[in-house]
Amino acid sequence: MNITALKSLIDALSAPTISFTILTVIFPFIFPPSDWFEKIHRKSGLWRIWTKLGGVIGMILITAFFVIGYFDPYFNKTLTKADNFPIVLMIYSMWFYIWLGMFKAYRNDIRLDQGLKPNEYNDPDDKVLVWPDLVYIEFIALILFQVFLIVWSIIVAAPIEEPANPAATPNPSKAPWYFLGLQEMLVYYDPWIAGVLLPTFIIVGLMAIPYVDINKKGDGYYSFRERRVGMFIFMYGWVVLWLFLIIIGTFFRGPNWNFFGPFEYWDIHKVEALTNVNLSELLWVKWFNQGLPSNILIREGLGFVITGLYLFVLPVILAKTYLKDMYAAYGPTRFVTIMMLGLVMLALPIKMYLRWVFNLQYIVAIPEWFFNI
Amino acid sequence: MSEPKNNIAPRAAVGAVSKGRKTTMERRSFFSWLAVGWIGFAGVTGGFFTIILRYLFPNVLFEPPQSFKIGFPDKFAPNSVDISYKKDFNAWIVRDDESIFALSTVCTHLGCTPNWLATDNKFKCPCHGSGFRMTGIHFEGPAPRPLERFKIGVADDGQILVDKTKSYKWEKGEWENKDSFLKV
Repeated sequence: MNITALKSLIDALSAPTISFTILTVIFPFIFPPSDWFEKIHRKSGLWRIWTKLGGVIGMILITAFFVIGYFDPYFNKTLTKADNFPIVLMIYSMWFYIWLGMFKAYRNDIRLDQGLKPNEYNDPDDKVLVWPDLVYIEFIALILFQVFLIVWSIIVAAPIEEPANPAATPNPSKAPWYFLGLQEMLVYYDPWIAGVLLPTFIIVGLMAIPYVDINKKGDGYYSFRERRVGMFIFMYGWVVLWLFLIIIGTFFRGPNWNFFGPFEYWDIHKVEALTNVNLSELLWVKWFNQGLPSNILIREGLGFVITGLYLFVLPVILAKTYLKDMYAAYGPTRFVTIMMLGLVMLALPIKMYLRWVFNLQYIVAIPEWFFNI
Repeated sequence: MSEPKNNIAPRAAVGAVSKGRKTTMERRSFFSWLAVGWIGFAGVTGGFFTIILRYLFPNVLFEPPQSFKIGFPDKFAPNSVDISYKKDFNAWIVRDDESIFALSTVCTHLGCTPNWLATDNKFKCPCHGSGFRMTGIHFEGPAPRPLERFKIGVADDGQILVDKTKSYKWEKGEWENKDSFLKV
């Protein structure tokens, strides 16, 4: 396969509808949350990702992607932009630390299978004194990082643009790199939800983890199999719904916030006809073939019912059927908290797919009250 | 107080040692000094924040007038968008088949300034990709409602007068209002 074909293949695959779907579908096979996934994970050899060879191959693939990108006239522009340098570092460091954690976890899983204690118990370096060992390490790390930041700030000029002009918003207009995941969420949600509610849920949810996760295993040592469901949920939220959205926002979003493959020319006139409809318009105009009712609550009734079913009825049904054991083990308060956090998290990919597949804009659309879901 | 004055470790008193002579402060006077201190602190911080608040309301504002004349109706070609008022007045002047109206340049999603793409015949926001038709109606991206229209009318000299102090929202049915457009 020649390099041009490879580039257009990557361009085609990186369309979010495809890349996001691929990532979501293969994710449980990479972080298997149940025996069934685990079996395929073992059989297909995907477990090798978390071996030393897998880690090195991952690094090589990332580097190859960036090297090809560096010599590509279009990807070079986004890749070498001063704003995007942190993303390149982020991709490397995130891959390394996720790999390192999983590598140690898998090594321990084997030991635990053999009835041995986790590796951390034999490691003479596992426990160090705060003074002088830890403080020295921190001090040296601090100095090295300071040097790195100074060198970086000298070599790469700050990406400062012309004075702000309200009449000329840069196109595309990108948030700082750490907010690009948030900016992606804003494409699918009302600002009140994506800008206020979801970030609050993220912060509160992260703080709630130690209180809602009552699994005592894996305390003080790395292990995957002992806490695979929790790891799977966290990893999906962290890697796919946050890191990957940052990567999309950085490399795959071009003028007019359209999607572009990494090797694609940023054509400002790229037309992607996306005529959105609200659920209420679908229901009344398309299915019932009549005008929208003037009463807002009747107009948006179906949306309210669906949202209510999703957030308040679904947890009850799950507690009685599929997640009965979990409900018994975790108790009502923990169960409800986990459900709320999980369902709100899952609402993001659901909304993304509704937009991509059905061009659905809002499930509940009440612009009169600035209330849109 | 039952304790002797020269107790080495006074229990319920804040003490200070000066020039070898022990001086202790009575509980009662400590609280009155505390009150003085707090009132002083509150006064200083209160004054500080009052000054900061005052800065939010400047005496002189260097911004263009809220209502402005844009010339005679025949200046605007049918089915065109005039973007020359965008920079200073944050308004697009649009003329369709039957009327002239002034659209706000603030995206109704998160407040960025969209661009008029003449070839695509739409306003497109560079922040999250919201798209609006020439009429201001939203049709793509996350914007939940159309662009707002400003009050538009004819001044005494026959020129069109746009008044930004009054805006009309489509979702409230205000585009029916005869001040929101100008029949031509």
